[in-house]
Parts: sequence; C-alpha cells; structure tokens
Amino acid sequence: MSEKSEARLSVFKTYKLYVGGKFPRSESGRVYEVTDSKGNWLANAPLSSRKDARDAVVAARKAFGAWSGATAYNRGQILYRIAEMLEGRREQFVREVADAEGLSKSKAAAQVDAAIDRWVWYAGWTDKIAQVVGGGNPVAGPFFNLSSPEPTGVVAVLAPQESSFLGLVSVVAPVIATGNTAIVVASEKSPLPALSLGEVLATSDLPGGVVNVLSGRTAEIATPLAAHQDVNAIDLAGADEVLAKELEIAAADNLKRVLRPQPVDEVDWAATPGIDRMTAFLETKTVWHPTGSLGASGSSY
Amino acid sequence: MASAFEYAPAPESRAIVDIAPSYGLFIDGEFTEAADGKVFKTVSPSTEEVLSEIAQAGEADVDRAVKAARKAFEEWSALPGSERAKYLFRIARIIQERSRELAVLETLDNGKPIKETRDADLPLVAAHFFYYAGWADKLDHAGFGANPRPLGVAGQVIPWNFPLLMLAWKIAPALATGNTVVLKPAETTPLSALFFADICRQAGLPKGVVNIVTGDGRTGAALVAHPDVNKVAFTGSTAVGKEIARTVAGSRKKLTLELGGKGANIVFDDAPIDQAVEGIVNGIFFNQGQVCCAGSRLLVQESIQDELLDALKRRLSTLRLGDPLDKNTDIGAINSEEQLTRITSLVEQGEAEGAERWSPACELPESGYWFAPTLFTNVTQAHRIARDEIFGPVLSVLTFRTPDEAVAKANNTPYGLSAGIWTEKGSRILAVANKLRAGVVWSNTFNKFDPTSPFGGYKESGFGREGGRHGLEAYLDV
Repeated sequence: MSEKSEARLSVFKTYKLYVGGKFPRSESGRVYEVTDSKGNWLANAPLSSRKDARDAVVAARKAFGAWSGATAYNRGQILYRIAEMLEGRREQFVREVADAEGLSKSKAAAQVDAAIDRWVWYAGWTDKIAQVVGGGNPVAGPFFNLSSPEPTGVVAVLAPQESSFLGLVSVVAPVIATGNTAIVVASEKSPLPALSLGEVLATSDLPGGVVNVLSGRTAEIATPLAAHQDVNAIDLAGADEVLAKELEIAAADNLKRVLRPQPVDEVDWAATPGIDRMTAFLETKTVWHPTGSLGASGSSY
Repeated sequence: MASAFEYAPAPESRAIVDIAPSYGLFIDGEFTEAADGKVFKTVSPSTEEVLSEIAQAGEADVDRAVKAARKAFEEWSALPGSERAKYLFRIARIIQERSRELAVLETLDNGKPIKETRDADLPLVAAHFFYYAGWADKLDHAGFGANPRPLGVAGQVIPWNFPLLMLAWKIAPALATGNTVVLKPAETTPLSALFFADICRQAGLPKGVVNIVTGDGRTGAALVAHPDVNKVAFTGSTAVGKEIARTVAGSRKKLTLELGGKGANIVFDDAPIDQAVEGIVNGIFFNQGQVCCAGSRLLVQESIQDELLDALKRRLSTLRLGDPLDKNTDIGAINSEEQLTRITSLVEQGEAEGAERWSPACELPESGYWFAPTLFTNVTQAHRIARDEIFGPVLSVLTFRTPDEAVAKANNTPYGLSAGIWTEKGSRILAVANKLRAGVVWSNTFNKFDPTSPFGGYKESGFGREGGRHGLEAYLDV
C-alpha cells in the first residue's frame, strides 16, 4: 500500500507586477522580502525600477483613449465586475490582509468587505458624477453653454502605506471611475494585496493598462513618476511629509494636478468617501455655441 | 485696402478720470506709502506718458497687508452671508455707476481700445460681483456640502491684460465665500485696482477685507510665499505659475493657476466663412492678442484655405489701429515695451524659421508701443510661433485635411486652455469638442465670457476654474 503523505507541500506564488494588462517581473530583476507583521517571510515582491515606472506610464497613456472614451455606463459595469471578482476571491484577500496588517481574521474580513463595497459604490458613480459637477450655465446671451467634467489623464497614485487593501482600493477606484488611467505604487511594506488585486483586475473586463500596479520602494518609483512629462496628476496619499513636498515640487514641472496627503491619523478609510477623490482628477470643459435669439426677437411660436 | 469713407476721429474724453500724481498701497482701509518709500511709474502704453507714481510694496508691506487681512477675516467670515452679499451688490452697483470713468482709466493705463473696456471689460466686472454676491448667502446649496468654510487670507496675483476684470474674477468669489484678500495688480497696470480701493471705501467695506499691494514680481513672490496666506490664486505666465507651484509645495495653501495658452481655432470646409473670419479676428486680435485664451493657431481645412485667407486678409485690412481712446479703434497699443520686444523677437524668429509673414497696410503711431496685426502662413507645428505663446496680435495659420488631423494638431501643445470649432455640422462640433483637451471650447463663436460660466485650463494652462459654481471651490475648504 502506498503511503499518502499528510503534509502536502504548498505551491508558492511568484508575485508579479501588473502593467499593461500583463504580469511582468521587474525589469530590474530585483525583488525584496515581504514579511508579515511579526517579521515572518511571506514572499519576494518585485522591487520596481524607474524603467518599470516609465513602462507603466506608456501603458497607462495607451489605455487612456479607450477608457476615457468608454461610456460611463460601461465603466460602471466593469467596476461592478471588479467587485464580483473580488467577492469570489474574498478568502484569499482576507488572508493576505490579515498577514500584511497583523489583523485578526474578522478584522481583515471587514476591511476586505469594505473594499469590495467600495468598488460597488464607485461603480454607481461613473454615470452620475457628470450630472453632479457639470451642467448648463445660464449665461447672459444667446448661447448654449455646457460644462462637463472630463478625466485629467494619466494619474500616478501612491497608495496609502498603512491600509494595504481598503486604502488602496479607496484611492484607485475613484481615479478610474471617472475615466482616468492609473499607475499605482503599492504600500511599500505590504504590497501583496495590491499585487493580487492586479490578478483580479485582469479578469474583470478592465482593459489592460487602465490600472498598473508597481511594488517596491515608494520614493524610488514615485520620483520619476512625479517628474514624468506624460503624467497628468499625482495622488500623494502614500508619501510622508518630506517626500510629498519633494514630489509636489517635481510635479510643478508640467503642472500636474496634485492631491496632497492627509495626515495618517486623520484618515478613516472605512468611512464613506465624498466625491473629492473623483473631482481632484477631473477637468471641467465648457462648450459654447450660439443659439440664435428667437425668444429675444419676440416670437411666440 | 482703403475704404471710400474714412472714419473721423471720435475720441473719448479723458476728463472724467482724475488720476493723482502718486498712489500708495491700500492696506487696512488706508492708503499708505511703502515702508522703504520705494516707488515706480506707470505709463500709458499708447503715448508713453507717465500717468502716476505708485508705491512698490516690499516684504514688510506685504506682511502688514496680510496681517490686516487676517485681522479682518474674523469678522468678515462671521458675517451672515446675506450681509456679505449686500456689500458685493453695493460694489457691483458702484462699478456700474462709475463704469465710464473706469473704462477710460483702464484704456489709459493698459492701452486697449475704449471699445473693449467699455463694452467688454466693465460690464463683465460688474456682472462678476453681481453673480458672486448672490452666492454669498447660498453657499450651502453650492454642492460642496452643508456649511462650507472659507479658507482665510487669499493672496492673489493678477496680470495686466484685463486688470480690472481679473481683479473681479479673484476678489468677488473670495469675498462671497468669506475670505479676505491681499491682491497684487500687475506692475504696468496698477491704477484700476487702486480706484477699486476707493470703490471699497464708498461701499463701506470693512477695513482690511480688501488690501491692494502694488509692485513687481518681487512683491508677488513675497505675497505667495507669506506663511500666513491660506490660498494663492495666480493668473499669468506658465513659467511664473510653475514657480508658484514650487513655492507652495508642501504647504497647506490651496492653489489655483490660470496660465498661458496656444488656442487652436479650427475651421472646417463647411463653416460659414464670414462668421468664421469674424471669429478668427475676434479670437486673435481682441485686446491685441494679449489674451491667454486667444485663438493664436488657425487650423484651416486645406480645401478652403485660399478662400478663407483671402477673406481674412480683406477683413484685416479694415481694422483700425491707433489711439485707444478713439471709439472707432479696433487695435490699441501693446501693454509695455517689454511685451513689444517679446512679440517682435518671436515674430522675427517666425520669419527666420521660414514662415511667411503678412500684415495689412498699417501706419503705427510714432510714440507708444505698437504692433501691426500679423498673419503667418506656411507654418508647421515645429515652428516656434506655432508652439510658444506670443501674447500679441500674431496669428499662425496651419492646415489639416481630416477631423482627426485637426484634433491631433489642436491638442499638440503643452497648453490646454481654449479652442474654437467652425462648422455647420452639429455632430462634428460635438465630436471634435469632445476630443479637444481644452477647458473652454467655443463653437461657431469665440472669446465669450460670462460670470456663470467656469473658465480654466487643462495641462500646463493651469488648474482650477474661475467663474460659475466651480469658481467657489477655490475659496472653500472642500
């Protein structure tokens, strides 16, 4: 009789970046050790380089036209699909978040559930934000005059350092809900939930390049992104005060839109968000057209 | 082309304006000299006549003004919105009452035609105060949540192309939302802001709510960098805007920037030619082209290039350049010698790079700063005149064959402020407007402004919007 081994050796996962809809290793060939909250080794995560950051910008720019041009309804469907895919892999994320942040199973589950619900919340916003922040302007003249929000373009997002998944989703979802494309720098200490999110996004009908996930040293990746001429905006949520100032100065080179970080103790990622994280990366376009002045001429039809 | 009947001169009298030989800074409700006694002269660009001597504010003066604004903030922000509204309504009314005086003053100090100050600038200035006055007691309904709070002291730096209008764009929403302001007008056009100080006095505005510090870039830099300023608003060049963005980096100061542009005016083959020509002229020669949203790049569909250019040249030949106080004048003086030098040098570079220069027969006055309306053909996207903001009466003409090419060329600039579309086809207007990366798109019209309508740029044309409900956001803690 053959003996069946009781201790099955598990299969490790090689965590990879998510860029342009593909899962490359870092161009640099480097990795760094990711540990749980007690210091036990969890995995080797890619240590992204400046080149990875630039590749991600190229992918995000390439994806921008189609994503920003998709209907708001379609974007909503896809964001909701992300929630569906996450729900199916809930257990995996609970485990990863618990490991990453040293949370109990139930607390980690609450974080993951809130993150899933957040995708649902933003899925519902895609076709409403234009009505809330845009509209017709009653100008003093015979003109049709309409202001509508448009995505600002390619947004570099430094995900919060402490909240590896709920915080991450809270900063990524609003950026893409409005039609921007994103390069996300995962929490430096706890990048694994972010890298796994890439796998979810890849199976959620989200076009490749709309979200690109990089892991590594936040300062090392963020510096070229903040200075990049083809990045339109940067969310500094994951930068400390010193780095944030440096990046804001670099961002002035092409007048990137900058969302400054809130002090860590003032952020409650579990709270229902406002619309600020969407409006921070929207432009307002105002279109004028003459209407003729039928009414002014006294016509009563 | 000389017309059969020349226009007789129709000069507006300048007697209505009483310009004092010197002006101080307006701080805490009083006119005061600069701490170190420094002054500069402001001249009329059309005659080079010295109009007045103006105090040059240094760091100590800026500090004094910010302190006054901080002190005034407590009471001003605590006023019921309906009371703040009434002050703003008063200001709007006094501007309307004094609009002829202000129009003449603005023309003298800026060099732009009286036709424009009288018919465009002043009505819009009053309208802005009137519009934002109405918001002051309705902020809860503005879409920024219940009970939105003001930021505090706003430091505002404005340019010389629309001195009083830019003041209105800055001060009206700031006061409506409960902020107090320190405003620095441009060095070459300080007078209307100082007259505005007198309007604040007539309106009984509490001391310190509006402070005017005159001076050059150093004064502006001191204001922007002042640690007790909560909000910085700047309209001007992209280069200075970037410098300001670096200055406020890492601080809590809220920032809005209205910067340069290189607007494309796209004319399709089915456009109504005569209307398009008027729009092109208005787009680039309004205020001598010294407009950030000027339509300085004409993109014309190749098949109608000859017809359009003929009509355009014919129209340019009828523009009257000269005394800005003459009511018949279409093109006034360039604002300063420095600006004239910049325009001249860019135009020379355009010629050197091989573009073809054309101007109508045009006599320039002997004194003052003047530049004839200028058209460049054979321009490519690589030419500097097609890339850099000239900020003068200079139009670069490029061509395209398909709508896609038009959009690609229009968007091929680091700027993103304005664009124009001329076509009779509605679906084409909407499709092209959709694809243009610009904050304002005028279709079958150009250079229209209104206080209810948000204005501002994409990309390196800056961030934030002025005007409309959107314009409130810059002055609220949201």
